[in-house]
Amino acid sequence: MGERKGMEIALAAAEAVALCKPDVIAAYPITPNTHIPEHLSDIVAEGRLDAEFICVESEHSALSACMGASGAGARAFTATSSQGLLYMAEVMPIASSMRLPIVMALGNRSLSGPLSIWNDHSDIMSQRDTGWISLFAANGQEVIDMMIQAFKIAEDRNVMLPINVNLDGFQLTHVVEVMDFPLQEEVDDFLPIYQPYASLHPDHPCSMGALGLPEIYAEATKAREAAMVNSKETILKVWDEWERHFGRRYDPVQSYKIEGAEIAMLTMGSMSDTAEVAIDALRAQGVPIGLLKLMLWRPFPYDELKKAVKGVKSLIVKDRCVSFGGPGGPVASEIRSALYNEPRRPDITNYIFGLGGRDVAVEDFIKMIDKVRFADKRTPKEHYEFYGVRGE
Amino acid sequence: MGNFDLYAPKLVDREEYFSPGHRACQGCGEALAVRLMCKALGKDTVIINATGCMEVVSSLYPTTAWKLPWIHVAFPNAAAVGSGVEAGLKALRRKGRIPDRDVKAVAMGGDGGTLDIGIQALSGAMERGHDLLYVCFDNEAYMNTGIQRSSATPFGASTTTAPPGAVSMGNKTWKKNLPEIMVAHNIPYVATACNSYPLDFINKVQKAKAIKGPSYIHCLSVCPTGWRSPSETCIKMGRLAVETGVFPLYEVENGKYNMTVSMPETLRPIEDYIKHQGRFRHLSPEQIRIFQDRTNLEYKKLLDKIEHSRSWDEISAE
Ligand SMILES: Cc1ncc(C[n+]2csc(CCOP(=O)(O)OP(=O)(O)O)c2C)c(N)n1
Ligand code: SF4
Repeated sequence: MGERKGMEIALAAAEAVALCKPDVIAAYPITPNTHIPEHLSDIVAEGRLDAEFICVESEHSALSACMGASGAGARAFTATSSQGLLYMAEVMPIASSMRLPIVMALGNRSLSGPLSIWNDHSDIMSQRDTGWISLFAANGQEVIDMMIQAFKIAEDRNVMLPINVNLDGFQLTHVVEVMDFPLQEEVDDFLPIYQPYASLHPDHPCSMGALGLPEIYAEATKAREAAMVNSKETILKVWDEWERHFGRRYDPVQSYKIEGAEIAMLTMGSMSDTAEVAIDALRAQGVPIGLLKLMLWRPFPYDELKKAVKGVKSLIVKDRCVSFGGPGGPVASEIRSALYNEPRRPDITNYIFGLGGRDVAVEDFIKMIDKVRFADKRTPKEHYEFYGVRGE
Repeated sequence: MGNFDLYAPKLVDREEYFSPGHRACQGCGEALAVRLMCKALGKDTVIINATGCMEVVSSLYPTTAWKLPWIHVAFPNAAAVGSGVEAGLKALRRKGRIPDRDVKAVAMGGDGGTLDIGIQALSGAMERGHDLLYVCFDNEAYMNTGIQRSSATPFGASTTTAPPGAVSMGNKTWKKNLPEIMVAHNIPYVATACNSYPLDFINKVQKAKAIKGPSYIHCLSVCPTGWRSPSETCIKMGRLAVETGVFPLYEVENGKYNMTVSMPETLRPIEDYIKHQGRFRHLSPEQIRIFQDRTNLEYKKLLDKIEHSRSWDEISAE
């Protein structure tokens, strides 16, 4: 059962991808995901993986090449971050409209400008509505596991959608952790060879990427939305199967010490692990607080969220992104809308913080929680707040 | 080989891979050229199509004019998608997951999708050496969005973004020489072609198909709609482009330039070509002279290359 070793998480992600035996890899370097394709190219060079590694000239071409490869029936992988993802933006929705199960590792990084190579979630949030399934990993183990799960989910006949696995830049990509690596036989057993529904071959010609008149566009879009919504069933199935195979449990909304909690904090990505330490400290003082960790961002897990916040009076939502001139952070806005029709919904506070790689310590979480705990109920509260901005 | 041209009509595939029923304008040189290209390529081909007229007229869901496997992704990336198709087929073939036989990836785009927005992806694909044929169907403007200028638009032409006016003569720039840029990529085969010379084009496509590696064909494709010329003059217009030296037909095989269609001893004046086209109607005699001079110069430069270039094999054999 697996092999336990320490490794930089980006390299571990590459090892996990290699275990999935992709046929084509196309990627263009951008910090902080770079070590993933670099290490994959090493693996290919060593002959450990039989794949075509295409050193494309841009991210636009990286995703385009993956689309060509996937269209031809190959298992395709790419990785990027930040501006690289934006450079792919034109092709992102086309990949999902063509139902090509491409897998992408997204080493999350803030968007320029000012130029910043460090982490936040503004890259993925800018591509939120392009029809890709989005998973968020909180630590190295989850990165490995989700990378492998991603291929299985994307390629399921009931799904056939591209998928990105989000891992925070530096906080995860460049950190060394001890992780369990599944064995090749175990992955082979879990993940069969990709069987495309249709592929570009003269023995069975097909046309992909046709022009759609107004009579068809809405129907095509609705079909894609249905595929996206229905994919949750497959995701849950794959996660159950993962637990049976590898013993580790995944849930769309993972809860930590939520029993009897009146206050809950909701996080995504690597800050979840830091947040757990803050929750432990407060629980030790007798504060009824728990943590909800969102692992599945698209399709959004409405039912699971509603269930998870039952009994919670106050919900603190953390965003590492801002929707300029809008509702605050995209995660909080999503959660507010998800809970709007609930008869007993928690009071929601939204903090935007940790932008552009700003460190987030355990004390910061405690401060933010305390602010909510001891808030003067009579003063109307802002619907979102930037935390930790100097000069305020 | 001299007889090949004589017999070639018998050898052309009867099969229509780009079928009638597409929605191109009457007398569209591009649609004709695509049809010829497909015949020359035959069954074992995957077509990767950039956004543009040919994609729009051929793939209106739920219909398709394509009997070959065909994919369209976006405007700038046919060459990149083609790289992926080629790599995908290669990997699957190697792993025994598809039949072990050659299937050629052929990317195509208009002049806009090739010379302008798609040049980065094209350059990348050629430089990486994929077994990929790229064919540019050059109708000298962005026709699909309504005749805007591209970097392939000739000097003086009127377009919707380079219109002639009180202080404007229409398009002020010279056609970008993409075949030459492709030659500079050191790829084994580059050629120009035209819809009005079917056998020449078919020969070139077949040659390019046989090459294991990247190749590029630049096909002038008459667009009656954008050129403001009568539909029935499509073939004639292409011939005049060649006979005036505006668009000579040549190929560059391993670095060696050859003219593939015999040229008149003295070129016809470009007026013979441009007078039939509404897009040049506004040009003054002085502007026509500038156009003529430049055409002569470019033609001489080409003749010079034909006379003096040697193939890489010849050079390295010394
Ligand atoms: C990124 C992007 N920009 C602009 C367009 C709009 N557009 C579609 S086709 C086209 C012009 C196509 O011209 P060309 O490549 O010369 O082909 P033609 O239609 O003339 O054959 C343009 C500008 C687009 N689809 N994508
Ligand atoms: S606009 Fe020109 S290139 Fe486009 S279909 Fe019509 S004739 Fe052909």
